[in-house]
Amino acid sequence: MLRTLNKTLTIASFTLLEAVRTRLPLVMAVVLALLFLGSVFVQHVAVTETARMQTGFLAGTTRIAAVFVLSLHVVSSMSREFNDKGVELLLSLDLPRAAYYLGKFVGFAGIAVAIAMLTSAVVALPSPGPGVALWGISLALELVLMAALALFSAITFAQVMPAISFATAFYLLARSMTAIRLMAGSQLLSPEDWLSRLIARSVALLSLLLPDLSRFTLTSWLLDDGGGVAQVGAAALQCLIYSSLLVLAGMFDLYRKNL
Amino acid sequence: MRERRIASVPRPVLALLGLALATQFIFSAWQPRPSARAEDLPYPPSSAVLRVLSLGDPIPLAQGMTLYLQAFDNQPGISIPFASLDYGRVQAWLEQILELDPRGQYPLLMASQLYAQVPIEDKQRQMLEFVSRQFSADPNRRWPWLAHAAIMARHRLHDLPLALRFATALSAQATGPEVPHWARQMHIFFHEDMGEYETARMLLGGLLASGTVTDPHEMRFLFERLDQLKAAEKSSSMSKR
Repeated sequence: MLRTLNKTLTIASFTLLEAVRTRLPLVMAVVLALLFLGSVFVQHVAVTETARMQTGFLAGTTRIAAVFVLSLHVVSSMSREFNDKGVELLLSLDLPRAAYYLGKFVGFAGIAVAIAMLTSAVVALPSPGPGVALWGISLALELVLMAALALFSAITFAQVMPAISFATAFYLLARSMTAIRLMAGSQLLSPEDWLSRLIARSVALLSLLLPDLSRFTLTSWLLDDGGGVAQVGAAALQCLIYSSLLVLAGMFDLYRKNL
Repeated sequence: MRERRIASVPRPVLALLGLALATQFIFSAWQPRPSARAEDLPYPPSSAVLRVLSLGDPIPLAQGMTLYLQAFDNQPGISIPFASLDYGRVQAWLEQILELDPRGQYPLLMASQLYAQVPIEDKQRQMLEFVSRQFSADPNRRWPWLAHAAIMARHRLHDLPLALRFATALSAQATGPEVPHWARQMHIFFHEDMGEYETARMLLGGLLASGTVTDPHEMRFLFERLDQLKAAEKSSSMSKR
């Protein structure tokens, strides 16, 4: 058991090392610097509420950029490992598939937390309020969940294009699910119409299966009410449940693969 | 490549996967239902921002914005659906949607048929004026909404001068062949309702003389109305003496 845990941690540390060697920190730093310059431009051209405009722009864009860069890194890293036959080599050793998968996930989750810390530091430049800490923790949770999703899609689809497409579509859907539910349940649509009812129920069912990412990492925490510990607590619980689900679903797929 | 059998997956992984899935369902079901609140409706982004967001294709963005605005309707927690909305914001949204998709009729339908139906007169008037302003930008396509506004002003607000203003604008600007005669004749009957028989008679006489009405049934009906107007005008002038 202890030996397996050690191997898992070794895989996790090599996953982190790979991120450093593929210059992920540099890429992320450049992206954040460009977005910060963009936010300075927005602040410069805004007529009023200039600080608010800058923070809003920076928080919104860095959140999306962090998700995108992390997902791309996870998928391309896993794809490279499949193509180089590194997975076959590792699994030919005395290593359960679950330990390999868990090791990869822990490594990617570590990268997610590091990206969230870097992003929060940049966002704190124009808005150093107490909300930044909660915003940063929530971003870390969101990125951990996205790391689990990107890993799952990389294992399931084994190719970059479908894996990234799936992760992106999933993220957008999870972010907009609340708005979609409101639209589907509108009283303006005929409640007697069976198709309207079917659509509303299907959307409600889909929302049970998806994490509600519209409750994560809200810009209003930086600008208005500073967010609440309860909100971040709910996000942490959702992250724990959904990351576990994705990790187990990914393990299920990995165990069924003929390598 | 064939996959291995499900039996090759360790049982603890299967059991935990089922457990995680069930937990996710329970957690999601336990979350409060999403609800739109009237005060949640923000001002829309500026035109310049929307142009950038549309990525050069504004119609899908306009349609998405329309559905978003529509979601602020009779949701749980709102006892008076539209009346509690900030109509300044609603109007700003409708204007931006029309700017993105000028041929779309949806925003004008929402203004005249949904937002103008609240039991608050100021808000009704605000929406009717909005429809009137937007009508001028494309009269031949947007005339149904101004016609509806004129009827609302006449029968709901009991404001004949306002109804007449809308109907006159409709008659003067919506001159395309697709605009039906009843819409273009509406102002004549509003003049009659206001007791302005002479004006009504002159307008109706002018309309008949112009030759735009060609349907014999419609012509007969309008001639009868003209006779009635003449009679009404005569009795009105006699009673004044």
